[in-house]
Amino acid sequence: MSVSVEPRRFGSGLAGDADTDQKPDPGATADLSPRTTRSRLAPGKPIKFGLVIGPALLLVAWIVTSATGVLDPKTLSAPWTVVTTAWELIGDGRLQSNMWTSVQRALIGGVIGVVLGLVLALAAGLSRIGEALIDGPVQIKRSIPTLALMPLAILWFGIGEEMKILLIALSVFVPVYINTYSALRGIDARYVELAETLDLSRARFVRRIALPGALPGFFTGLRLSVTIAWLALVVVEQVNASSGIGYLMYQARNYGMTEIIIVGLVVYAILGFGSDLLVRAAERKALAWRRTIGN
Amino acid sequence: MAQDDRQLTVRTRGLSRGFDGRAVLNNIDLEIAPGEFVALLGRSGSGKSTLLRALAELDHGVPGSGTLEVPQKRAVVFQDSRLLPWARVLDNVILGLDGDDAAERGRTALAEVGLAGREKAWPTELSGGEQQRVSLARSLVREPELLLADEPFGALDALTKIRMHGLLQELCAKHRPAVLLVTHDVDEAIALADRVLVLDHGSFAVELTIDLPHPRADHVVEIAEYRRTLLEALGVEVSV
Repeated sequence: MSVSVEPRRFGSGLAGDADTDQKPDPGATADLSPRTTRSRLAPGKPIKFGLVIGPALLLVAWIVTSATGVLDPKTLSAPWTVVTTAWELIGDGRLQSNMWTSVQRALIGGVIGVVLGLVLALAAGLSRIGEALIDGPVQIKRSIPTLALMPLAILWFGIGEEMKILLIALSVFVPVYINTYSALRGIDARYVELAETLDLSRARFVRRIALPGALPGFFTGLRLSVTIAWLALVVVEQVNASSGIGYLMYQARNYGMTEIIIVGLVVYAILGFGSDLLVRAAERKALAWRRTIGN
Repeated sequence: MAQDDRQLTVRTRGLSRGFDGRAVLNNIDLEIAPGEFVALLGRSGSGKSTLLRALAELDHGVPGSGTLEVPQKRAVVFQDSRLLPWARVLDNVILGLDGDDAAERGRTALAEVGLAGREKAWPTELSGGEQQRVSLARSLVREPELLLADEPFGALDALTKIRMHGLLQELCAKHRPAVLLVTHDVDEAIALADRVLVLDHGSFAVELTIDLPHPRADHVVEIAEYRRTLLEALGVEVSV
């Protein structure tokens, strides 16, 4: 052999000096300092704390205009008034008790709606009879805004809790149904074929293929539902309610107390944002297999 | 199987299938003995996938005639590995298996395809070759009498393909299922099969017995001869 084809490891130098304890480390000799060049067409480097800059500027503007008197307190209370009002409301327990009432309504109505939507979607998605019986009525229901059913709901159930929970549940079940149903129907035919070659029973097919395959759709519906539950809550609480955050705000309007209205808005924002975070965390956990695709 | 005293895993008589009034399979008589490895070559549109799907009894509603005898214990390997992305590797392998020892059998099958230790991985974390190996394990763990493979290595790169050929040959020698491998790769057919069939316009144009011991790579002269015969049957001019 005249040509040396001895295998050499990248970066480890000659074979002769490999008898040191150190393992050859290809990364050791390479210069891996961070490179800063970016694509010319990309939006550019992300700004640190970029997400908070917009809200922070708004807050500053609010403080400045309130302090200088440009902003009339009758239009919008000053930030410090809102903070002290919130403190007082917490102090006498009104904020907590009303918030708890609201959360209960959203939770009970939401859970009923999600379960209803899921059950109906499974029935319609997994059988032709179910589809024939369920899908049509749900599509009709979908085109009627739930809040337009309020007069009827009040006539049937009065102005009590049942009416509120019913309206929230009716609003919530639609997106869960639509997304779960279409995900079930959209299961890749190749997996159906696979199930056939593996001789899966119907029950096993549903449990191992149809349900997990439809789970992403269900979560899409669930996230929409959570938003809608709070939306429906706001409306039902401002009609004939005697407790809840919406009631608190409704009353404040009668007395022109914008600071309480702001406190209510902040509470709604926190509840909405928090519940979305919870659902997203549940989604991440349940759809762990998906994370591996992106990263 | 009454009138024939030979044991056969697959037997078709006058098998015809067609789409839109056009015959895709024309009076196919096919016999595969237990443990025999048959490769089915053909240009695209020659009907080879239609034949495989007929043997897998996946061609519901496709008009046709003829008799078909296939064992109940059969497995299909698709060109895409067709793993459930939401199930971990081991769960994919033992999907649909019964019994307390299912997981243990699945682990053994994974070890056989060289994927011991990857039981808990998600399919998307594996390379294309590894995914196809999981799919092989899923087929073999069922101990099929008939293994139907529809261009199983068609989507793999050349190096991975060669490794997979070795693995499939080894596994088939061990488990001895009858195999029908649909492929458009002449070299793959020669490397693996006991018998090669060339399908052309819905019927067999050439039948060739590959009489070489495994591994075959060193039998250069014979391989070249088989290759020329098969390529000619496929209508490819071989210049010398």
